[in-house]
Amino acid sequence: MKLGPLQWVRAAAVLVAILLLAGCFTKRKDEGARLYAQRCASCHGEQGEGLRRLIPPLAGSDYLAQHRSSLPCQLRKGLAGEIVVNGVKYNQLMPGNESLTDSEITNLLNFVQTSWGNKGEVWTIREVADELQYCGGARGL
Amino acid sequence: MISSVFRRAVHVSLLALTGTILFPACSSKNAPSETATHLPYYGDRAMQPEPISGPADTIFTVPSFTLTNQDRKTITNDTFKGKIYVTDFFFATCPSICPKMQSELLRVYEKFQGDPRVLFLSHTIDPAHDSIPVLRDYAERLGIKDASRWHFATAPHDTIFSLARAYMTGAMEDATVKGGFAHSGTFALVDPQRHIRGVYDGMEPSQVNKLMQDIPVLLKEIEAEKQTAAR
Repeated sequence: MKLGPLQWVRAAAVLVAILLLAGCFTKRKDEGARLYAQRCASCHGEQGEGLRRLIPPLAGSDYLAQHRSSLPCQLRKGLAGEIVVNGVKYNQLMPGNESLTDSEITNLLNFVQTSWGNKGEVWTIREVADELQYCGGARGL
Repeated sequence: MISSVFRRAVHVSLLALTGTILFPACSSKNAPSETATHLPYYGDRAMQPEPISGPADTIFTVPSFTLTNQDRKTITNDTFKGKIYVTDFFFATCPSICPKMQSELLRVYEKFQGDPRVLFLSHTIDPAHDSIPVLRDYAERLGIKDASRWHFATAPHDTIFSLARAYMTGAMEDATVKGGFAHSGTFALVDPQRHIRGVYDGMEPSQVNKLMQDIPVLLKEIEAEKQTAAR
């Protein structure tokens, strides 16, 4: 079958409609970046730079690799007490994010692991869910 | 032919008219402040009874205060005599807006670090937790070594909260927010006569830039007044 100009237009319109519709279902695109801006940037900085000796940086932070397995639970439960990041001691309470789902934590972690020059090992949702077993268990997608 | 020329002319003039209407609307927003030689006065004006001259229109004045800073020194209005200062309200364990707000104020501090006429005053709204050692640690972690330039101050709760109102900052206890206190990230600019001359949202870099433009304007105004007084 040969398509006339009208059919082509129709086909194109259908294709555009499908693409637009798909866009509606990919709200999770850039979820990590969005969550970071909402929940982390005010303290850790828009570029993950931290704040002097008050708030540790996330960009170029050696802590992320050294404490990789405890990161999911830290995001959910928060963190208190002294930590050392890039040789500097920090002691500021970090609030938890109890409402974040496992997949949101995964997206957030992967945003941090791959932003501002960070080239950390990315997480799978399975890995994150496994770690979250140590702090109250999975909370769905 | 005539009608098309006419139509064209109408189009063009309409476009020009819209342009003239819209253009100032876009550009005038910040323009006056850049050329202003005087800053406005903030706060409610009150008619005060004057025994001799009759009721007088009085500009809002920051009330008298006594606070303690991170060096355990008592600070009062006199500490800021002949100076201008910028205030804000924070607490050390604040997980929401404070770090962003303090990093913005740090930007202002660093710009005017070399000018002893400009001071900074941060009040804790959580005096129960933020003891003097906590305030000192906080200041040092921010990189502030000279307490006489940037005071991190505490006082009884009621004093702080009424000062927050005076400096046009919303601050209250609120168990529903993270950290237990709700407050706005307002910076207030105060002149040597204890009048508020600028109020800025410390969470908005553009407004903090405006503060950095306003400080030299206020300094110039003060120098001009000094010269008139000396004459």
